[in-house]
Amino acid sequence: MTTTTKPDARWAAVRAGVSRGLLETKYSIQEPSDFIWYLAFPVIYVVVMLFMRGSTVPGTDFALGAMVLPSLVGMSIAFGGLQGPAGTIAVDREDGTLLRAKATPNGMVGYLVGKILMFTLTTLMSLVALVIPAVTVAGDLRLDARTWLLLVLIFGVGMLATVPISVALGSLLKTAGQTGLLFLASMLLIVPSGIFYPITALPEWLQWVGQAFPYYWLGLGARSAMLPESMVTAEIGESWRTFEMFAVLGVWAVVGMVLAPIVLRKMARRESGSTVAAARERYMAKGY
Amino acid sequence: MMAPSAPPPTGEVALDVRDLRMRYGTKDVLTGVSFTAHRGEVVALLGPNGAGKTTTIEILEGFRMRSAGSVSVLGHDPAHGDEAWRARLGVVLQSWRDHGRWRVRDLLGYLARFYAPYATPEVSRPWDVDELIAVVGLTEQANAKVQTLSGGQRRRLDVAIGIVGRPELVFLDEPTAGFDPHARREFHDLVHRLADFENTTVLLTTHDLDEAEKLADRILVLDEGTIVANGSAEQLARELTTQAEVRWTSEGRRHVHAVMEGDPTGFVRQLLADDRGVTELEVRRASLEDTYMSLVHRAETEQAQQTGQIEQAEPAEEVQS
Repeated sequence: MTTTTKPDARWAAVRAGVSRGLLETKYSIQEPSDFIWYLAFPVIYVVVMLFMRGSTVPGTDFALGAMVLPSLVGMSIAFGGLQGPAGTIAVDREDGTLLRAKATPNGMVGYLVGKILMFTLTTLMSLVALVIPAVTVAGDLRLDARTWLLLVLIFGVGMLATVPISVALGSLLKTAGQTGLLFLASMLLIVPSGIFYPITALPEWLQWVGQAFPYYWLGLGARSAMLPESMVTAEIGESWRTFEMFAVLGVWAVVGMVLAPIVLRKMARRESGSTVAAARERYMAKGY
Repeated sequence: MMAPSAPPPTGEVALDVRDLRMRYGTKDVLTGVSFTAHRGEVVALLGPNGAGKTTTIEILEGFRMRSAGSVSVLGHDPAHGDEAWRARLGVVLQSWRDHGRWRVRDLLGYLARFYAPYATPEVSRPWDVDELIAVVGLTEQANAKVQTLSGGQRRRLDVAIGIVGRPELVFLDEPTAGFDPHARREFHDLVHRLADFENTTVLLTTHDLDEAEKLADRILVLDEGTIVANGSAEQLARELTTQAEVRWTSEGRRHVHAVMEGDPTGFVRQLLADDRGVTELEVRRASLEDTYMSLVHRAETEQAQQTGQIEQAEPAEEVQS
């Protein structure tokens, strides 16, 4: 009877987590309600382009539709990373998924690896779907090796900056019903994010609010990757601020990765059969 | 009686609980619970609602911190159990909506992977997934989505998940709540199989005496946070029931005599010595069911007297961490 945790047990859990991530991605794609969600941004973009047909960025002859695309890319990354995990954690806590992970040796490792992989894959999927309507404005965009390198980096850093913080937020929620609050908060933060409306046109205090959150920086990063150099004039300080972008996102990543395990562990410690049963009764009592 | 033939305890102690106490705020839920369970034994924790069954089992599972007392589960304190310890345990949780999109075989296969590194020369882990699916009778549903399973099928999946790592000890909390009689019967067969063929120790909670009698080698009656009786169903009947009725026929007339306390044998010996014409002699003890029901009734009345109302089950939330 060995009592030490074998190192290969952790690896087995990570590998199991990878299979979990792949399976959950597969199940999610097969679910029509999820699939529609992944296509939401491409559809929004098509609608935005219809409205912006023929419009140009004021003072230039640059198509407004091409201007919005990189911002939407940034927003898809931020939204996929921030909204998804928080909601999932809250639901998984209520329905007992987390308790199962806790009852399994190294189950929490597998659970987290699976979730991170699933959100990475599904976010990537909605990004790829954005390409379809984007073809129409491709002529106006800057698409070279630098673009793809920057986009890959921004995607990676963006996931690291959003998923852990989202896991921490989701662990703080008391019930799955409260995920609506998070959704509302992220909608409000889109206003000063510079995605649909140029941040330079906002009052200065709101510009600062916008610049404190990852939405703005992911949008800026995507613009710096995909827009021609001349469009930099529309940004704060007429600069892509690539260093600042990676720095701010890096800070969010570090904060998230420090907080998430602490909050998650604290929350998971409270889970037991009777807390799940109580959540179930709350849910049944509401009758939906 | 209904109790299954008990495998002789091997002497190896799987569970050792001494003077376990639990207090939520000012309310004492467990006021000193002590018991042991040996390898391969099936032990039922029987008691009315609010007696502290769920609290006890959740402390042993390592999901709750106790207030006082010493607990050893497979030689470890569950409050500090590591992952290698957890790999030797099976916890049968009541599923609700979790993993609803998963297919039965995928879910079991996924969970099985965590146990493979904990295989030992004595115990091969995990179970072969298809074999396990057959054991719990879900072969036809192996590719079905979990959310499409019936209540009974889902419960069998819960059991399969609980034992996929070939645990040495399994915890079952109210395992057959909401079962129809057929599903209940199948479930009982499964538990017997675990104990008899796998030498697994099983601790289950139930408020149903009939279930405890059918499943358990030994029944612990928990009442007001402490164990008031401990033994096989027959032993419990002897320990807890003091009333007996003696009936006989003499000279064509039927007689009934109630022995309120102690052994009725003395009365019968005297009766047979005094009256040579006794026929159709019957000695009947109050059934264990009568005794248990009166215990449940008393527990509820006392709670009502103490608090002015019948208390709910033990508080589910707010545990120190």
